[in-house]
Amino acid sequence: MERSLPANRFNGFTNYGIGIGLRSPHYHHILTRKPVVDWFEIISENFMIDGGRPLHVLDQILEQYRVVQHGVSMYFGSADRIDREHLRRLKELVKRTNTPWVSDHLCWGSVDGRYTHDLLPMPYTFEAAEKTARKICEVRDFLEVPVAVENVSSYAEFHVSEMTEWEFLNEVVERADCGILLDVNNIYVSSQNHSFDPFEYVNSVPAERVAQIHIAGHSKYEKYILDTHDHPVIDPVWKLYDRAIQRAGHTATLLEWDDSIPTFREVHNEALKANRFLAKSVLARAV
Amino acid sequence: MNLLRLQRTMARAVMQPLTPSEHMSKRAQNGEAMSRYAARFIKPNDRLTSFERLEIYNRQYWWRLMSSLAEDFPGLQAILGNRRFESLCKAYLTDRPSRSFTLRNLGRDLESWLRRNPRWAGSKQAIVLDMVRLEWADIEAFDGAAREALRPADVRKSGGSNLRLRLQPYLRLLKFHYPVDALVLEIKRFNDDTEFLSNAFRERKKRKRVTAVAKLKPKTIFLAVHRIDDSVYFRRLEAAEYDLLSAIQKGKTLGQAVSGVFGKPSRNSGADPAQVTGWFRNWSDLGWFCALQRNRRQNARRS
Repeated sequence: MERSLPANRFNGFTNYGIGIGLRSPHYHHILTRKPVVDWFEIISENFMIDGGRPLHVLDQILEQYRVVQHGVSMYFGSADRIDREHLRRLKELVKRTNTPWVSDHLCWGSVDGRYTHDLLPMPYTFEAAEKTARKICEVRDFLEVPVAVENVSSYAEFHVSEMTEWEFLNEVVERADCGILLDVNNIYVSSQNHSFDPFEYVNSVPAERVAQIHIAGHSKYEKYILDTHDHPVIDPVWKLYDRAIQRAGHTATLLEWDDSIPTFREVHNEALKANRFLAKSVLARAV
Repeated sequence: MNLLRLQRTMARAVMQPLTPSEHMSKRAQNGEAMSRYAARFIKPNDRLTSFERLEIYNRQYWWRLMSSLAEDFPGLQAILGNRRFESLCKAYLTDRPSRSFTLRNLGRDLESWLRRNPRWAGSKQAIVLDMVRLEWADIEAFDGAAREALRPADVRKSGGSNLRLRLQPYLRLLKFHYPVDALVLEIKRFNDDTEFLSNAFRERKKRKRVTAVAKLKPKTIFLAVHRIDDSVYFRRLEAAEYDLLSAIQKGKTLGQAVSGVFGKPSRNSGADPAQVTGWFRNWSDLGWFCALQRNRRQNARRS
């Protein structure tokens, strides 16, 4: 069976287990009850500020828990140059959290200095792959921590594309020699929106580069699926997760729940369902 | 189509305002039919046309940014009403698209934009500007930097007219023509109180809030927007307090600040030393002073 070690150079040789996103409705519960959680993922941009409550809470969390940074606006795929102020603030936060790796999306979202604040899909071209890879290297060299790029959900495809999404992902990560944050919910959403086999995608990803896995829920509309992070994970996504774990091993896994956020316990219990598959993967490794 | 051209083409459409029924416009900015514009770079599939696929992003852009502004400026929304607030936000975002990686900064230029485009506030320009300044100050006070506060004893010990005090970076001093702080507090109370209420009850409370806005009469107030234990507070100041603090914030020595405020005939003439001492004690109790700086020339003479 093809399987790589989950602790690898793209996640700082860590083996983090199952985490959840740190969200403000849960701050009080976490700080007062101190629940046992393997790790928290933070949205970097929420803490790239000068002071106040967010940083105060973060410092308290850091005293008790392991934290990994996940960004939403680096826009590796934008033709624009990297925003130096963004990088400087991100590095300050990296020093504060000691995150073993940082992740952001394989997408674009700004052009000519104007920001859409969205994760817009890439044209899957060699030109885009080359420019994106160059930017990832620039960010990694500046931050001095491993970088993992996440595949996004998409609702549009471009005429100019020269390859599939997974071929593009492979092209970028090989050129940049970086890690992958494999979002199996995003693979599922895009597979439904663009009619491809999601297992072909998961099977094509270089397993040895998978630093982390995201799971999440989504919303189904009449003609398309939207990546809303406001529902539990559905069975087809768990099946993709199972396959990803078979290939990549017991990889750091994180449940994203960003809207209509239920109680901490509900979110954590949903994340812990991943244990069913992780236990199987450990067993398979043992035999 | 290369990467930059594709991204410019898509961004132009994504950032183009929605129609009143919240759909993508039928015409692109260049006058071309949007269906043709979209078909030039986006593939259709068996369920959605190129137009419909692009429209998903166009709507998400506007919904995301409008809800971000509504979250940051609830007072402005209360003054203008939902429809006028939405029109104003649309015009603002069209004129000044976001130039920051974080949505936190989305309303950064709203005040200056409103000064150049007064028609969006109509007859309520003065109160609208006051509210925008207060709500932006609220954001800045919430996550602004804090330096180590001087203890009251440190401030007393290091007295002297050449002393330069520094105020905390998060502290904002503002002068308003309307008591907009009361309205913001009313809105915050409304939001806290109605979190778990029925729609009917919310509506009744909302009507009361609208009445509160209508009743707001002009009145000059001076305000410090500050932070204690990670929460933002508004503190009303007397005119002389505001002037003194503003002078200190501008880097004046204590002597310069005090003589500037009380030394010439103005609204502040007639300082009561006991009152001024009390103000300094309060400010230092609130942690507003953060680092001492001796007058450089004075230090040079002493060394």
